[in-house]
Amino acid sequence: MKNIQKVGAAIFVLGFLIFSILPFIGTYQLGKTIVEANVKDIHRETMVDIMSPMYGKVYDSNFAFIKDFKQYFNTYNDQLKSNQEWDKVIWDNYAFDLTKASSLGPVANNPYFYLGISVLVAVIGALLYILPLYRSEPEGIKNNGIFFSSMKAKGFLGILTGTYLILFYIVLYWFPEYMTNLVIAVDPISMALSGNPASQWFLYGLIYTLAIFVMGIRMFRKYRGNKYQTLRTASVMFFQLSFAFILPEILVLFNQPWHDFKNIWPLDYSFFYDYRMEGMLSSGALGMFMLIWGIILIVLGVPLLTYFYGKRWYCSWVCGCGGLAETLGDPYRQLSDKTVKSWKIERYLIHGVLVFAVLMTALTIGNYFSGFSFLGDATNQLHSIYGFAIGSAFAGVIGTGFYPLMGNRVWCRFGCPLAAYLGMVQRFKSRFRITTNGGQCISCGNCSTYCEMGIDVRWYAQRGQNIVRSSCVGCGVCSAVCPRGVLKLENGDEEGRINDMPIIIGNKSITIKS
Amino acid sequence: MNNPNSSNRKIVILGNGIAGVTCARHVRKKDDKADITIVSGETEHFFSRTALMYIYMGHMKYEHTKPYEDWFWEKNRIDLKHAWVGNVDFENKQLLFQDGATLAYDILVLATGSKPNKFGWPGQEFKGVQGLYSYQDLELMEQNTQNIKRAVVVGGGLIGIEMAEMLASREIPVTFLVREKNFWDNILPLEEAQLINRHILEHHIDLRLETELEEIIGEDSGKVKSIKTKTGEIIDCQFVGLTVGVSPNIGFLKNSGLETNRGIVVDGFFRTNLQGVYAIGDCAEFKEAPASDRKNIEQVWYTGRMHGETLAYNLTTSNAVPYQPGIWFNSAKFLDIEYQTYGQVPAIWSDETESFYWEDKSGKICIRLLYSKKDKEIMGVNAFGWRLRHAFFDKAISEGWSLEKVLSHLNQASFNPEFSKPFHKEVLAKYNRESGKALETYKASFFKKLIGSRS
Repeated sequence: MKNIQKVGAAIFVLGFLIFSILPFIGTYQLGKTIVEANVKDIHRETMVDIMSPMYGKVYDSNFAFIKDFKQYFNTYNDQLKSNQEWDKVIWDNYAFDLTKASSLGPVANNPYFYLGISVLVAVIGALLYILPLYRSEPEGIKNNGIFFSSMKAKGFLGILTGTYLILFYIVLYWFPEYMTNLVIAVDPISMALSGNPASQWFLYGLIYTLAIFVMGIRMFRKYRGNKYQTLRTASVMFFQLSFAFILPEILVLFNQPWHDFKNIWPLDYSFFYDYRMEGMLSSGALGMFMLIWGIILIVLGVPLLTYFYGKRWYCSWVCGCGGLAETLGDPYRQLSDKTVKSWKIERYLIHGVLVFAVLMTALTIGNYFSGFSFLGDATNQLHSIYGFAIGSAFAGVIGTGFYPLMGNRVWCRFGCPLAAYLGMVQRFKSRFRITTNGGQCISCGNCSTYCEMGIDVRWYAQRGQNIVRSSCVGCGVCSAVCPRGVLKLENGDEEGRINDMPIIIGNKSITIKS
Repeated sequence: MNNPNSSNRKIVILGNGIAGVTCARHVRKKDDKADITIVSGETEHFFSRTALMYIYMGHMKYEHTKPYEDWFWEKNRIDLKHAWVGNVDFENKQLLFQDGATLAYDILVLATGSKPNKFGWPGQEFKGVQGLYSYQDLELMEQNTQNIKRAVVVGGGLIGIEMAEMLASREIPVTFLVREKNFWDNILPLEEAQLINRHILEHHIDLRLETELEEIIGEDSGKVKSIKTKTGEIIDCQFVGLTVGVSPNIGFLKNSGLETNRGIVVDGFFRTNLQGVYAIGDCAEFKEAPASDRKNIEQVWYTGRMHGETLAYNLTTSNAVPYQPGIWFNSAKFLDIEYQTYGQVPAIWSDETESFYWEDKSGKICIRLLYSKKDKEIMGVNAFGWRLRHAFFDKAISEGWSLEKVLSHLNQASFNPEFSKPFHKEVLAKYNRESGKALETYKASFFKKLIGSRS
């Protein structure tokens, strides 16, 4: 490692530590006006009353503040619940908004400074580490030492990183009130973009986009000379920055619903939820366009583009989850399980999630058109189960938290219902395949090892068979790491695409079919 | 499958490399009843020998180099016996293991592979001096290269450059002694050999051309401390890789009644002089070369596989066929530069043959096409840094396409990843310049390009 890289790594760790400590600094004080400003009209009087014991009291940590808040709030609700006065119970969660509004500083007083010493410092450190990578070496992919690396081969650093990510997601999804300082630090950026204060989701989107950019630059370094890798990395960077991050905020600035035009149902599982439908239907021509565009993507975009290019057009070129997996997750791609057993589990799980998403959406739409007369509660229950188990736990906590433990495509491989849909089209009606180059395979195993989707590419390559698998996201890394030029991702005629009984070229004695 | 040979016969395959394993798999496909055992002392399970270097470099672990999961063997009822054979009692049709156990056979397939050559250099027995072929060699290399300051690799062939790359990946300075004028120039024509010379130097490997090993010098402790070249230069090193070719691993079969020469002597059906005993892969030596352009001993992965396929076919049919290889092909990777070859491209060609050569200005990509002077039919192709479609050249060479037909279809022959810079136009431009012609490339329509069609 060059000296500048060591400095970069140290600066990154520093910024990262500050980012991790930031939520725990500062003081908090709740006041009546804060409660009034941050709760719904119907709860205003009650909440002002419930919270009154906290007024004027200065808390030295968010833990103490949140502990008191929860105590008073839960005491009120528990009382009503035990009396079965369900309609009086406050189901809204005000913990995040009230904690954030009660912060006395120092982050609130100087958000740019704290954003700078945490996130910006980490980004600069990471870039100092990444930019000199492979600088004095000839072009070519260097996987040297990956399986000796603590970070990349499930050593101590890998497990530590996985644990951190899992905890981060748990806090983000279920306890965001503990990370309000971080949200406050990005408030000014959110105000500038959308005119609204930041939520934890804005913070998440910002870090997510930065991660894709910084690690995308690492991709450019690592896969130098491979134009396919460079282009698709640039593509996910573009779609994340514009479609997923900036455009939705600008829509909000113009009083339109937050909308990511490249997100497709059923990955975007709430697309047909009544609040989303209402939002789109009440937003004039643009809202109508959102609805129609979304439906066109589902019924035309997915089948047509997948027919011509395979599911890669989405999964490794456009998708946000894919974008993070292909950049931040790239160092972990070799950790996916290649066994036939895991392939079996994968098929049950991913199609199970697809069935769940389709049934839930069918009920939701039925409910919507029947004016909520039928199954009103059932759909809400389903929404919260899906949101908790699939949307948050699976896609977030497991999907990203398990990068350093099970590889970078855990969600895409085992859980994403859109990947399941794209995969069915890819498997049964597409021009895409990974062509095996005659008899050139030497069974070395680089392709299988570096397949993030856990496809045993070698199994096909060594018998001269093209790889046509529903899960293949077309990242092209099997082809890139092949030492003998055996694999090529390509779109071609459907005839000859699936060769179940291949003949390996080069032996004229017999035409053995493997 | 209706198979006349099918019975409960006991087929024992000695060696679990690509030849032996391919044979076992294909026998099982056609013969449900045969009792199949693969014997190996090297490893319990089949692994890809060509991938050993990647374990050392940290690209993979040993388990990644196994082409089949461990349950595969039991499911296909292929017994694995993990033990070293001491010798073979051909008279009583049984293997005698080093631990005293025995294993009887009806049919014995010898697929024992190769062992690294050692040419009797003084000091070649010092600790830290070794070849690289087996899994045990790899383990030894791991031990021998701990905390060393410099390594010397002797022998400018495929294993030599792999070993140099392995050592360089761990930032161990390497001196690479090559006897010839240029790297691997008994196989590669001059331009290609020089292209690889340059690439080796680019990787800061200390390449010494036309340099031969005189002796290896050791410490009193028995460890290597330096080598001396034929010009008298002393190079300090703590590791010496001897990679001067391999020869059939048949030491334990000498004087056993089995006919051997350099390898186990076989006919075109892989039959040895003994009834029911066959030999395939690196260890087999054909009485007559299988084709005019082939050698009597074939020591590459692909031929090992084809030997295994063909013998398995013969063991499960009543109409045995002789081994008849098709158009030659091979590939390798020299550090970052991939190499593929189809057909015949010798280092030096006869007067009846002509060559067309193009090299990219980077000096790292090239293609050479050899064709007959008389009818312009293409005979073979070498490509460096440019992946070519096997099916295309297998067809072009066997059908005897003209050089010009191949050149004008080169865009279809490329197997480089999508969006790679195309070279076929530059190649054709060079040909047109030299020949004074105006050949054109077949052009795809915009729509075909858009959907990525190559037809």
